[in-house]
Order: sequence, then C-alpha cells, then structure tokens
Amino acid sequence: MADLTQSSTLQTSVSTPLRPRIKLRHVVDHAILIAGAFLMLFPVVLVLMTTSFEDADIVKHGLQLGFEGKMLENFEAAMFEASGFTKTITGTRMLMNSMILGLGFAIGKIVISMMAAYAIVYFRLRFATLAFWIIFTTLLLPLEVRILPSYEAIQSLGLANTYTGLIVPLIASATGTFFFRQFFRSIPEELVEAARIDGAGPVKFFIDIIIPLSRTMIAAIFIIMFVYGWNQYLWPTLITTDEGMFTLVRGIKQIVQVLSQTGAMIPEYGKALALSLIAMIPPVLIVIFFQSWFVKGLTESDK
Amino acid sequence: MAQVTLDRVRKTYPNGHEAVQPCTVEIPDGELVVLVGPSGCGKSTLLRMIAGLEDITEGSLSIGPDVVNHKDPADRNIAMVFQNYALYPHMTVAKNMGYGLKNRGASKAEIDQKVAEAARILNLGDYLDRRPSQLSGGQRQRVAMGRAIVRDPELFLFDEPLSNLDAKLRNQMRIEIRALQQRLGVTSVYVTHDQVEAMTMADRIIVLNGGRVEQIGTPSEIYERPASTFVAGFMGAPPMNLMQARVLNGAVQLDGTTKLTLAPPAVATDTVLVGFRPEDVRLGGDGSAVLEVAIVEELGAHRLLHGTLGGQSFSISVGKDETAQVGPQPITLPQDRVHFFHPERGTRL
Ligand SMILES: Nc1ncnc2c1ncn2[C@@H]1O[C@H](COP(=O)(O)OP(=O)(O)OP(=O)(O)O)[C@@H](O)[C@H]1O
Ligand SMILES: [Mg+2]
Repeated sequence: MADLTQSSTLQTSVSTPLRPRIKLRHVVDHAILIAGAFLMLFPVVLVLMTTSFEDADIVKHGLQLGFEGKMLENFEAAMFEASGFTKTITGTRMLMNSMILGLGFAIGKIVISMMAAYAIVYFRLRFATLAFWIIFTTLLLPLEVRILPSYEAIQSLGLANTYTGLIVPLIASATGTFFFRQFFRSIPEELVEAARIDGAGPVKFFIDIIIPLSRTMIAAIFIIMFVYGWNQYLWPTLITTDEGMFTLVRGIKQIVQVLSQTGAMIPEYGKALALSLIAMIPPVLIVIFFQSWFVKGLTESDK
Repeated sequence: MAQVTLDRVRKTYPNGHEAVQPCTVEIPDGELVVLVGPSGCGKSTLLRMIAGLEDITEGSLSIGPDVVNHKDPADRNIAMVFQNYALYPHMTVAKNMGYGLKNRGASKAEIDQKVAEAARILNLGDYLDRRPSQLSGGQRQRVAMGRAIVRDPELFLFDEPLSNLDAKLRNQMRIEIRALQQRLGVTSVYVTHDQVEAMTMADRIIVLNGGRVEQIGTPSEIYERPASTFVAGFMGAPPMNLMQARVLNGAVQLDGTTKLTLAPPAVATDTVLVGFRPEDVRLGGDGSAVLEVAIVEELGAHRLLHGTLGGQSFSISVGKDETAQVGPQPITLPQDRVHFFHPERGTRL
C-alpha cells in the first residue's frame, strides 16, 4: 500500500502536466505489484470457483478451476442450513458469535490497555514502572502457555460456553498497554497542565483529551486486535462445547468433520469453503473501513 | 483581582536540587511582575509553584486573602499561558477557549457569550471554528490568551509566551498583552529571559540568578541602580562595563597609568568594581581616559565602539552622527553615572 501511494506521487511529481511520460521504473514497479496482487488473490479465487462444484467432484479432483452451478446453493447452505452433530447452528449464528468475539476482544483489549497505560503514565504510583514491566513480561506468556490454568479457572467459575468466558480471558493486553503507554508519554506535559488548570479531573481528562487524541492509535489497535480475535481458534475450541456458541473459524472445522446426510457420506466441502470465504469478509471490511479513518486521523491531527 | 504574596517560598526538587531559594515578594493587585533571569535560574519553577503545578517545599503562598499552598490549580482561579501554547489539538478555537468554563459547569449560553467576547477582544472572530493546527503562531498565541481571559481569573501566569514568535510579531504581541492586562487590571506574573521584554512590560521586575532573588524593583530602578554586578550585566544590551580598579589616595585607578577623575565610593575599600553603561559614556574629553577602539559596530541608529580602557575591555555606544574610528579616542566618564560594586561579593556599594 505504502509503495503504491509513493510510486503514484512520484509519478505525478516527475511527469510534466501536458504529456505524462511513462518511465520504465514505474512499469516495473507496477508489474511487481500486480503480480503480487494476483499471487495473493489466486487462492481466494480458486476457493471461490471450487464452491461452485459438487462435493463429490471436490473429493475426487480437489480444488477446481471453472464454474459449475452449485455456488449459490453452497453459500445458502453455509449461511442458513443448520449443521453440526446437533443440527442447531447455522452460518449466520456462527458469524454472529465470531462478531461478538472479535468486537468484544478488540474493544475489551483497547479499554483495558488504555486504562492500564493511563494509570501507569499519569498517576504517581509508587511502583508504576515495576507494574509496567510486570505487564510487559506477560508478553512472554502467550495464551497457549497459560491455557490450562485459564481453562480451569473459567470452567470452575461456570463460564464455559458463555461469551464472558470466551472473551474475558483473552483481553488483558501487554502489547496494547505498551503502545498506549508510549503514545501517552509523547503527549506534551503542558497539555496535561493546561487541562489541570482548566479544571479537568482525571476522568474528564481521560474522556475529553486522551481519548480524542488517541483516535488514530485506537483505530490501529482495533484493526489488529479485531482480526486477531476473529481468527482465534484454540481458546474457542476449548471453552465452547455447546455448538450454539461456535465461532466461524471453529465451525468450519466442524462442518468438514460431520459427514453429509445426503447419503453419499462425504464431507460438505463446498459448504465449508463457502463459509471460509464468508469468514474472510468482516476482517477485510474492518481493515478497509478503519484504514481510511486511520489515515485521515494521521494527516489531520497534530499533537 | 487579587494581591499575591510569597512568603519565604522555597523549592527543592526530589533529586535534592534547590531550584528556588527562599523568596519573599508581594505583588499588589493589578500589577504585572516580570520574572527574569538566565536559563535554569528557577523562573518557571517559581511560576509553576504559583500555579499549583509544582509543590511548594517550604513557605507560604497566598492569592488574595487565602493561603493556597495546598489548593489544586483549578481552584486557585488562575489562568496560565504556556510557551508552546498547549492548545488542545482536537478542539476548535471556540472549544479550546470554553473548555475551562465548561468544566466549571457554566451554561452553554454563558460560555458562548464569554467566548464571543474574548474573540472580539483578540480579533479571533473569524477563526472560532478552526483547529489550532490551522492557525499561525501569532493566532495560536492569541487563542492561548483567549483561553486565559474567558475565565475572568484573579491572576494571569505567563511562561515565556512570546519566545516561539518571530521578532516583529513578538514586539507587537508584547504591546498587545500589556495593553490587555492593563485594561483588564488582572494581576500578572510574566516569565521571560528577554530583558527587553522585561523592561518594557513590567510594573516591577524580579531578577533571579541561580534560584536566588537578586533584585526586585521597577524597570528604571533595576536599570539605574542595579543591586549587583549580575543585575548590571544582565539588564541592558550591551551590558554595563565593569572594571577592576584600586582606590589610592582618594582616587580611582585602573592600572599604573590610567587614573579616573572620580570620587571613590563612600565605603572604604582597597579595590572596587567600577561600572559604566555604554550609553552613559561620551566621546571627547580632557584625555585623562583614553579608549583604545578596536572594533566599530554599526547598528544604524547608533554605533558601538569596542576596545580597551586601561587594559580592560570597555564598550561605548555613540550616536550615528558622531565620528567613530579605530584607534585611541578620549572619552568622558561622568561622575553622576558611575556604579560601584564590591570586588568579591559583587554587591552595590
Ligand atoms: N523536575 C525537576 N527535577 C529536578 N530538577 C529540576 C526539575 N525541573 C527543573 N529542575 C532544575 O531546576 C532549575 C530551574 O529550572 P526552571 O525550569 O525553573 O528554569 P528556568 O529559569 O525556567 O529556565 P528556562 O529559561 O530555561 O526555562 C534548573 O536547574 C533545572 O535543571
Ligand atoms: Mg522555563
């Protein structure tokens, strides 16, 4: 993306307004970028095409190029047909669960890490630095390392198969705290003092000054965290046994495991692939939407 | 409006650095006091203690009748203008100015009316909907002023508010700030390291040096009767000439040959520091004092002649119509313009 913008500004600044000259360099640049884009898109296109085939064909021949008539059917089945062992969960339900997880995860992480960073930077806590480094070292302990104790705790709190149990253990964020801390420290001291003289207490200062100033930071972290939360697999697999709680990423796996009841006894590959494509859409939308916001924020505000 | 009283106010930073030595000042209602001194002398520290942004280590500070040592900045009824303006970047000019009032629970109508009034005074009417990043330095400075005046504070505090502006704008804003302050009649403390600003704006000047108050006085007192060699050297450009001299048989002698026709100070000492402001010295004379001019500096309205007198460096300022050339020039050192200082302590004799 950065390359693209850069090369286009270069081109406009170099070329004369009357007769834009095409330089070899730009042709090469664009050739590379276009090749890269094709390379990235090809698997997606391949999957999209495959969804238009019969499950039996997919089993026999693998992924397919070309178009057959089953695409709409497969997508419809993916979205609305109940599946799983218990036949209680549809694609829409999984999409909603994933959405709740992604949003809860991202928003929770942002709220928690902003507040932690705020406390560390602005309050004269005795052990603020120590607290920060303790939080920071938890970066070395990803979920996978603490997964058994986390599971044990959530299970005994009776939070298995709840959204709370799904989201809360994931939202403590050393990365977020670190980024917000660095950002808050770059806010000029005078701004804090001006706000103090203007009578803004800690809460008002946080809401009126810190949050609006952090817009771009929040957007950036939101993008990263939403996608990360959306793609969570291990924890949802562990903590949700009730099929009604399945997320998309978890559910796709389930579809392939459950053999189709149509008599052929083969996995519903078409449906699973359609669901994979659907699963890609929300993160892509989030990135596109927040990216423009993020760039606007970057260019408009100055601290 | 309020009188501000500092009673032996002292500041030691947690790292043990004594930034302000006990300082006692009384600022009458409506006066503009300038704190001036070289970098690191504790001006900002003193100002920030008055603002409540820095704890007072010892002593007491009153604004009006109350001791405010332990009051929050917001409760001291002060307003402060910062060097880099410290405007809220995400708020419009109007929101910036009204934020303090909003936090005090003022009604929307009252905020709008006060902001409009301040904008009118400061000629900011056309910019109320802009963000600070869309303003020039001078306009930002004005918004910072506006933010200070909308709240009708009892005390204005300025920390080098003009030092980010170019020279011309600085002169203009200096006059504007002073006029505004006089019109509103608000007691003010103004920090600067620029002695021209200090001289032109102040009702009274406090000269600080290394955390110690060197002198408190009106601009003319400070200029005419500097209390120490530090003040003499700091206030005035070019600074006062200071020469080592000996007092022998009732005469002041610079070295073996140069004897000055001056009555020595009343205090009996063997050696003394003799001070003359460059503009108090005249060209021409009886030849008892001869300046060896080495460099002539053209400044347009006047010229500076730099050289030596009796082996010690000495500068004088002469009008543009007077002849000035390199080489020996007889000069006159008027008796009524001499300053004597203690040779070690540097205090005025
Ligand atoms: N937080 C602090 N901790 C320790 N020492 C400090 C602190 N802040 C300032 N000082 C020291 O106190 C002294 C006075 O600082 P101050 O900021 O008041 O200087 P100043 O007169 O405003 O200088 P300038 O003209 O450069 O702004 C300096 O020597 C500075 O190093
Ligand atoms: Mg300062």
